[in-house]
Amino acid sequence: MGVSGPPGVLVEDPRTPFHAPLSRPEPGSAGRTGTWRDSRPVIDESKCTRCLLCWLYCPEDTILRREDDMVYVDYEYCKGCGICANVCPVGAITMVPERG
Amino acid sequence: MPVRLKDLPRKRYGMPGNAACPGCPETMGLRYVKMALGDDVVLVIPAGCSSVIQGIAPKSGINFPILNIVFAAGAAAAAGMKAAFEALGRGDVKVVVWAGDGGTGDIGFQALSGAAERNDDILYICVDNEAYMNTGIQRSSLTPPGAWTTTTWTGKREPKKNVPLIMIAHDVPYVATASVGYPQDFIEKLRTAAKIRGFKYIHLHAPCPIGWRFDPGLTPKIAQLAVQTGLWPLYEYNQGKFRVSPFSRMYRRPEKRVPVIEYLKLQGRFRAALKNPELVKMIEAEVERMWRWIDALEKSLNPAEEARRITGT
Ligand SMILES: Cc1ncc(C[n+]2csc(CCOP(=O)(O)OP(=O)(O)O)c2C)c(N)n1
Ligand code: SF4
Ligand code: SF4
Ligand code: SF4
Ligand SMILES: [Mg+2]
Repeated sequence: MGVSGPPGVLVEDPRTPFHAPLSRPEPGSAGRTGTWRDSRPVIDESKCTRCLLCWLYCPEDTILRREDDMVYVDYEYCKGCGICANVCPVGAITMVPERG
Repeated sequence: MPVRLKDLPRKRYGMPGNAACPGCPETMGLRYVKMALGDDVVLVIPAGCSSVIQGIAPKSGINFPILNIVFAAGAAAAAGMKAAFEALGRGDVKVVVWAGDGGTGDIGFQALSGAAERNDDILYICVDNEAYMNTGIQRSSLTPPGAWTTTTWTGKREPKKNVPLIMIAHDVPYVATASVGYPQDFIEKLRTAAKIRGFKYIHLHAPCPIGWRFDPGLTPKIAQLAVQTGLWPLYEYNQGKFRVSPFSRMYRRPEKRVPVIEYLKLQGRFRAALKNPELVKMIEAEVERMWRWIDALEKSLNPAEEARRITGT
C-alpha cells in the first residue's frame, strides 16, 4: 500500500504495513546555495586567532575547522550573509564582491 | 557548566545548502540544538519557516529526523511520540518541538498548555522571530509594539505576549529564555533541560533579517542588542528556582542598559515607530514592564539571589 503525497523516497518499514514518503538529511536540498552569494568571505590566516566565533555563528555550517582549528569556507554552499566577517573580533574576514 | 567552543567536536551540525534565507536565525538555532543534544533526537515541527528550510524531497535541509505536523498539534504530537518511544523501550530518545512564535503563542497554544499541564516528558522550543514569517510577515501575538508587519502598517499597538511567564505559571520543571546572539548560553540551557524529566520550555529569541528588515550579516548583533537593551532578558526557572542568566545580570541596573533606540534604528520594521514618540515610549515601557516581572519573580522564587543583588555581591 503506498500513500500519495509529495515526491520522496518511498520507504518500506518492516514494522509498518505501508510505504511512507521520506526525505533524508543531505547537503544541497535547495541546490548549490553558493550561487546565491553576491560577496564571498575571505579569511586572512595570518590574522586569525582560531577563536572559532565565525564557526559558532555561521548559520549554514559553511565555516569548517581543520585539525588545528584553523577555519576555512565551504564556497559550494556559503550564502554570503556576512555574519562571519561581522563577528570576527580581529577583522580577519573580508567580504569580497563576486564577479559576474 | 560553561560551554567551551574548543570542546565541541569538529563535525558538521547543520545541513548546508538548505532553503533558508542568508543570515537565518532558525538555521543558527537548529545547529545549537544539535551541538547540545546530539543524535538521539526527533524534532516535531508545526508549519513555519523551518518546514520550508527542509527543502525539496528526497533531501532534507535539517539535520534531524522530523515529523512535520499541523499547527494546532505540535506539543500533542510530541507527547504521543514520546509515549510511543517509551513503549518501544527507547525512552532515551529526546522528543523536541521546534515551533515558531505563531505556532506557539497563537495557533498551537492549547496543545502547548495541555502538554505542560500533563507534564509530558518533552522539550518545547519556541523559535521566536516575532511574526508569521513563512507566510509573508503577518503580526502574531508575539510581535513587539511598534513593529511593522504586513498587517500592522503603522506599527503594532499591543504589547508582546509574554509566553515564558505563562509557562512558568504552569509550574513545569524547566522554563528558560535564550537568544541566537548567545549560543553558549542556549547550549547550556539545552543541556540542563535534557537532564530533566517532564515538561521543558525554552524560548529562543531569533531576529529575522527578512521580516525585521536588517542586513543579514547582523543577526547575532541584533540578537545581542535585544539582550543589552533589556528588552529580552535571559533567565531560567529550574524546579521552582528563578535565576537571571549571567549575560543579563548587569542589565538589571537600568543605567547599564543600551538605549532602546540603538536596537530600533538598525531595523527597518521600526522605521515608522521611530517617527512616533508615543510608540518609542511604549517600547521603552516594555523594558520596565519586563524587569518588574523579573524582579518580582526573583524576590519570591530566589530569595538568596535577591539578597546578593541588594548587597551588590
Ligand atoms: C491552521 C493553519 N493556518 C495557517 C497556515 C499557514 N501558515 C503556514 S506557516 C505560517 C506562519 C508560521 O509562523 P510562525 O509559527 O511564527 O513560524 P515562522 O514561519 O515565523 O518561522 C502560516 C500562517 C497553516 N499552515 N495552518
Ligand atoms: S558569509 Fe555567512 S554563510 Fe558564508 S561562511 Fe560566512 S557566516 Fe557562513
Ligand atoms: S572569528 Fe576571526 S579570528 Fe576567530 S576563528 Fe574566525 S577568522 Fe579566526
Ligand atoms: S524569513 Fe527569516 S526565519 Fe524565515 S527562513 Fe528567512 S531568515 Fe529564516
Ligand atoms: Mg515566526
